[in-house]
Amino acid sequence: MEETTLNNSIHVKLTEKFGEKVTAVSEPYGLLTFVTYKDVIINVLSHLKEELKFNFLTDITAVHYPGKEHGIAVVYHLHNMVEKIRIRIKVFISEQNPTIPTATTVWKGANWMERETYDLFGVKFEGHPDLRRILNMDDLGVHPMLKQYPLEDPNRVDKKDEFFGR
Amino acid sequence: MNHNHPVFTDNDPQSELVTLNLGPTHPATHGVFQNVLQLDGERIVSGVSTIGYIHRAFEKIAEHRPFYQITPLTDRLNYCSSPINNMGWHMTVEKLLNIQMPKRVDYLRVIIMELSRIADHIICNTIIGQDTGATTTFLYLFQFREHIYEIFEEVCGARLTTNIGRIGGFERDFNEIAFMKINKFLKEFPVALKEFENLLTRNRIFIDRTAGVAEVTKETALEYSWTGPLLRATGVDYDVRVSDPYSSYQDFDFEVPVGTSGDIYDRYLVRNEEMWQSLRIIEQAVVKLKTEPKGIFHADVPEFYLPPKQEVYNNMEALIYHFKIVMGEIDAPKAEVYHAVEGGNGELGFYLINDGGRTPYRLHFRRPSFVNYQMFAPMSEGMLLSDAIINMSSMNIIAGELDA
Repeated sequence: MEETTLNNSIHVKLTEKFGEKVTAVSEPYGLLTFVTYKDVIINVLSHLKEELKFNFLTDITAVHYPGKEHGIAVVYHLHNMVEKIRIRIKVFISEQNPTIPTATTVWKGANWMERETYDLFGVKFEGHPDLRRILNMDDLGVHPMLKQYPLEDPNRVDKKDEFFGR
Repeated sequence: MNHNHPVFTDNDPQSELVTLNLGPTHPATHGVFQNVLQLDGERIVSGVSTIGYIHRAFEKIAEHRPFYQITPLTDRLNYCSSPINNMGWHMTVEKLLNIQMPKRVDYLRVIIMELSRIADHIICNTIIGQDTGATTTFLYLFQFREHIYEIFEEVCGARLTTNIGRIGGFERDFNEIAFMKINKFLKEFPVALKEFENLLTRNRIFIDRTAGVAEVTKETALEYSWTGPLLRATGVDYDVRVSDPYSSYQDFDFEVPVGTSGDIYDRYLVRNEEMWQSLRIIEQAVVKLKTEPKGIFHADVPEFYLPPKQEVYNNMEALIYHFKIVMGEIDAPKAEVYHAVEGGNGELGFYLINDGGRTPYRLHFRRPSFVNYQMFAPMSEGMLLSDAIINMSSMNIIAGELDA
């Protein structure tokens, strides 16, 4: 209950500042989640850091939703350590041209998180000081976490969903 | 400097710098990762970290496994404290499924998690001693890690990669021998830890090697997203167990030790004090267990908790649930959830997106070693090579958690 009021006040403050740029607000398991756009993401992050005291960048990662117009979601988890609230920010970007401004200008710790996201999903963080692969070898050629790269033999049929009534 | 084009100083007769490959297989790194360092005499001019030598694509594998088959993957993240990873994952799924755990299970979990925290800190602190030249401390305290593993063995049958517990509780109740071993550990470990502290804490050589070395301010630590003992050594009292309690940690009375300067000595002190606090928590948990109803070791959620084999052969419902769980057919809500636990090295987060399929749509591990280690190369610049080595051991970088 207390969490919800806090989340509401953050939502109100964000809407005041960014208006329609803050959309799809939800609260799965008490964690305030919203979608914003890549032209304002750095403003949103610095506003959250400077004004709303989300001083800590917990994590940056991405999710791939193939077949959508904006098929890659870059997900940021921030944490306000004083008031003990977390927040999740998503930015949907195009799969063909996955670019987004880097968050290393706001938190230096974003460096490796973004390199990992680039390595696994091919998201190009513009302005990143050292955007190289981090976990995989440099000449891998693909970004392996994208859904088009199967883990197992794609000819294998015994695990297809249709056999389980889906 | 780019590691693809390392500067080979041999080609430049004017240069006085030496390129040194620290790792990937070097005894001082205590794991498989590489640092290409430029040395001017004994001083590090610049460094580049290369990681990924044991990258096993767990996030990709997890997208193809039902929930219960992901537990063994989490074992291999921070393999020095696997039970914390296992239970962190179980609690993530329980959060997704809205399962309320009985208090007794929470307390049993707390015992196991705190034991693994002690095991983790034993490794880190004795290795700081080892790397500063004090092998004795390593030999004295390290046997207690063995005793902790014996307790795990009694509870789940495995020692290092434990795969302990299940979604919804434990696979079996703790037996008498397990409790006897826990009590024996609670009696013997404080004596040894005290002895360990007597050997190191006021040791002139140890203080000279560690105090004032690799100091980090809290601003820098937060800027680089440090968590765990490293962050607390700089003076920030952030501990997931307190700020976001899970598994009934709010029922326990313990302190969060913090340092002041964030140097190696402070990190050592913070880890030592955390071992004392973990002992306190375990003692309280053992007492609390006595008032809880006996024999409860899992939540009453037959649709998510694997039934005993005997039941499966004799009971229709149990057979159905068994089939559904094993085939990954459980009805989990389509939702996304982030759950964090305090691992040995800091905040270990699980970001799980479920789309109603047999497997997670996406699972991301927020690995504390990975996030903490990115500061190693920048902070090594200007440092003596021998100091950088202890700095690395005090960061307790576990290669499995680094690479996932």
